[in-house]
This record gives sequence, structure tokens and C-alpha cells, in this order.
Amino acid sequence: MQSPGALEISRRDLLVASAATVTVASTASLSHSQTNAPAASQSTKVSFTVNGERRELQLDNRTTLLDALREHLHLTGTKKGCDHGQCGACTVLIDGRRVNACLTLAAMHEGEGITTIEGLGQPGSLHPMQAAFVEHDGFQCGYCTPGQICSSVAMLEEMKVNIPSHATGDLLAPAEVTPAEIRERMSGNICRCGAYSNIVQAITEVAGRKA
Amino acid sequence: MRAFSYERASTIEAAAKAAAGTDGAKFIAGGTNLLDLMKLEVETPTHLIDVNRLGLDRIEPAPEGGLRVGALVRNTDLAADERIRRDYAVLARALLAGASGQLRNRATTAGNLLQRTRCPYFYDTNQPCNKRQPGSGCAALGGFSRQLAVVGVSDACIASHPSDMAVAMRALDAVVETVRPDGTTRSIPIADLHRLPGDTPHVEHVLERGELITAVVLPKPVGGKHIYRKVRDRASYAFALVSIAAVVLPNGTGRVAVGGVAPKPWRDEAAERELPNGAKAVTAKLLANARPTEQNAFKVALVERALSAVLAEARG
Repeated sequence: MQSPGALEISRRDLLVASAATVTVASTASLSHSQTNAPAASQSTKVSFTVNGERRELQLDNRTTLLDALREHLHLTGTKKGCDHGQCGACTVLIDGRRVNACLTLAAMHEGEGITTIEGLGQPGSLHPMQAAFVEHDGFQCGYCTPGQICSSVAMLEEMKVNIPSHATGDLLAPAEVTPAEIRERMSGNICRCGAYSNIVQAITEVAGRKA
Repeated sequence: MRAFSYERASTIEAAAKAAAGTDGAKFIAGGTNLLDLMKLEVETPTHLIDVNRLGLDRIEPAPEGGLRVGALVRNTDLAADERIRRDYAVLARALLAGASGQLRNRATTAGNLLQRTRCPYFYDTNQPCNKRQPGSGCAALGGFSRQLAVVGVSDACIASHPSDMAVAMRALDAVVETVRPDGTTRSIPIADLHRLPGDTPHVEHVLERGELITAVVLPKPVGGKHIYRKVRDRASYAFALVSIAAVVLPNGTGRVAVGGVAPKPWRDEAAERELPNGAKAVTAKLLANARPTEQNAFKVALVERALSAVLAEARG
């Protein structure tokens, strides 16, 4: 929530700075929560597919992809950790590539295809990576796990299409799935419980299974 | 986060015009740095112009024999490009040394150049910071300055530029191409893109209001051994304390740019001419005007040692 003081500043700044595009009516929406219908100039319609299903939303421009997934589409498998792109708990796939959902606006993904942990697998039909995390005990509290799994699935795809990493010795040769490569490539996913060694085992197993 | 209006630009010209004509407007591409700062209200744009669909995402041969890298080429794609890996390996290595897999998938070439410092006092809105709030003072000077700059600094600001990519581009003499709101274009050598803080640390680059970076041109390959060595507090996913981007030719001459030590990628052609004389000679010239704090004085020695390791690797 913004303090009354902060609200006054933003109201004045908006009026002074942006009279052409921001109306008095739209500044009034600042006092409402983000989930209320925002003024037209400060909300955007966006449609994308999430786990294969087409979704259309009218969102406050400030809505991150993470908040759109969790608060508007109620896909709460994707977690909010730091909300600043440091922990990786919010990792989802956009057109197959892993991203931090907290550091991108939902409105920027018109027409794109998003896959969350719910779309990778479900109880009874787990994705091989989900099954491997269970098998190898690749978690303790489980909070970082959806992000770890989404990240590791996309990471193995990156290796398949010959994207190098900081751990890759020869830039002109394809990288091999070694523990050093996995650790480097997964460094954007933090596990406070410290399940890293089991996570590396789970990923190694899936990589071997695929090979 | 403060409220803002949002538009998806469909042409370069429209994007530049919109940015010039709207107070408080900013371009957004990857958004990995901008949104982070908006959440903290360090950045408070009133209008965002989404430039992701401008088609600036290709890497093409440049007429002079180099490569023209579109402003929106993602860091992952630039590092993975076969031509970059073969002919500009120092750039591929620098990119891969930065951020995380998720961030590199979003972060763009132009956005990486224009990212803001990670000085903790710039991020903390309860602290004075001349870059964030001109005239408020610099909390870093007497504060926690381990990560911050030792050269090119001023009494107003000791923030360091956080990019790895830009350091390699400086060593490669990259040129930044832009379009201005009136439709004219210009080419800016990367050495001239970023400004030193002086008494206006909030002015970080030479781009005009509404001016949009469209590409970064890499001159034709120079050969030699390409090395990027980054020294940091963690083995991965950390900003550089010191980084060295080097291209070393068989005769021992070459190019060296240093990251983590200055408000911009730091290179000095006179210092570079000392390369055949070793790391000590180069560093003495490169950091002759260093003004470190007590906490970051170690960087001067670290540059020399990191460069010494780089030159040993180049010989090996």
C-alpha cells in the first residue's frame, strides 16, 4: 500500500508530467487496489495461452506475469520468492524459454504461450523432471521446487540446441551434461534448504534418460 | 510501483516519437532491470513504450565485414550465435559470465548497455544518492563500497557500471547505432556512450530524449586470443568485483578493457600499449588516477593480478 504522502507525490507528478495521457479520473485509481478495475489508460487487454488454454485479461499495467498467473488465473504453483529476479522461484516458460515471471509485465506477452508447473505435469501424470525430483528428494520445503523444475526442463532444452554456458570449456563444441554445467546453468534458482546435490542428481537422471 | 500508461510500439519511428513527446516516458524491452527498479520506486516512469516487437532481433553481417547486432537480440541468443562464439569469443564469454539463464533469456543487447548501477545506495530510497536524487549526497563514499568504482569517479558518485557485455564490447570497439525522434540516425562509438559522473551522476549516457538504440555494430574480427576473466564473490550469478576483457595477439600486443572498477567499461589505449611489458605496467597506467575508498582499494591490486592471469592464459 502507498502512504497518503506517496500518493500525493504520484498524483502531482502524474498531473504535471503527463497531462496529455493521464486524466484526473485515472489518477484516482491509484487509491484502489490493483485487483479493482483500473482506469482505461492504466490498464491493458492482453491475451495469451497458459498451459495450452487461451486466456484473455484486462490488467492494470503494473501487473507482472507472475501476479497475473497467481492472482488472476489462480495458478499458484508458480511461487513468489524475492519478486526481484534473484531467487528463481517464479520461473515459467514463455514459448519454451525460461524466464523470471516477476520481472516481466503480463501486458508484454500478447499472443505468447506460457507454461507453468501445472502445465508440465499433474498428479498421476508427472513430467519426468517432476518424477525425478520426487525420486531423488530434490527438495525439502518445496517452495523453490516449481521454479527449479521449470528451469531445469528449459535448461536441458537449451543444452540440446547448443547454447553454451560459463562452465563450457570449448565454445565451438557442444556442452556435455556434467554436474559443473548443471550447477552453473541452474545458478538462477536458489534453494534455501540446500537440496542442490539432489537437484543435480535429478536433472542428471532426466538428461541421461533423454539421451 | 507507481501507475503508468503503456503502449506497444509497432515501428521504430513511432517509438522514438512517443518517447520524445511524453514526459516521463521510458522504453521497455527485457525489463529485467527497469521493472526491478520500478518496484522499488527508484524508477518512476509515467508511460512505458514496449519496443519488443520492432523486429530488431537479428544478427546480420555488417557492410564493413563485421556483425550488426539488433538492439533486441537477447543475451542468450547473442552468446549462442556461432559467429560470435568463433570470431568474438570475448563477447560470448562476457555474456555468459553475467546474470542467470532466465535473465539472459530476456535481457537485450541495448538494455544491457543502459542498465543502471547496482550500488546499494542507489537502490535504497531511504539513503542519499546523487544519481537517484541529484543534490542529495552520496552515501556510498563513507559507506559499504566494496563493489563500487575506483577510477573515473567523482565526489558526487562512485557507482560502478555493472555490465559484463559492455566491457567486451568496449574491447571490440563496438559502435552503437541509434534513431532520434526526428528520424535521423547516428553512430556512437561505445567509448563515448556512457558519461563519467562528474557533478551530474544522474546523466549516465549521451543519448537524447527519445533516442532509441537500434543496433550495436561489431567491427570485423581482429583475431587473437579472446579471454574474459571475471572475479566475483560467488562462482556464478554475481556482479564483478573486477573483470578483464582481453584480445591478445600472437606478438603480445592487444586490447584490454576492465569492468567493475569504473562508471563505464574502462579502457585506456596508452595503458594497452604496455601489454608486452606485462600486467604491472598496464595497470599502473590504466589506474594511475584511481581514487579508491578504504573498502575497495583491493581492486587496484586485483586488476593487476587478474590481468596477469589473463596474459599467462594468452601465452599458454
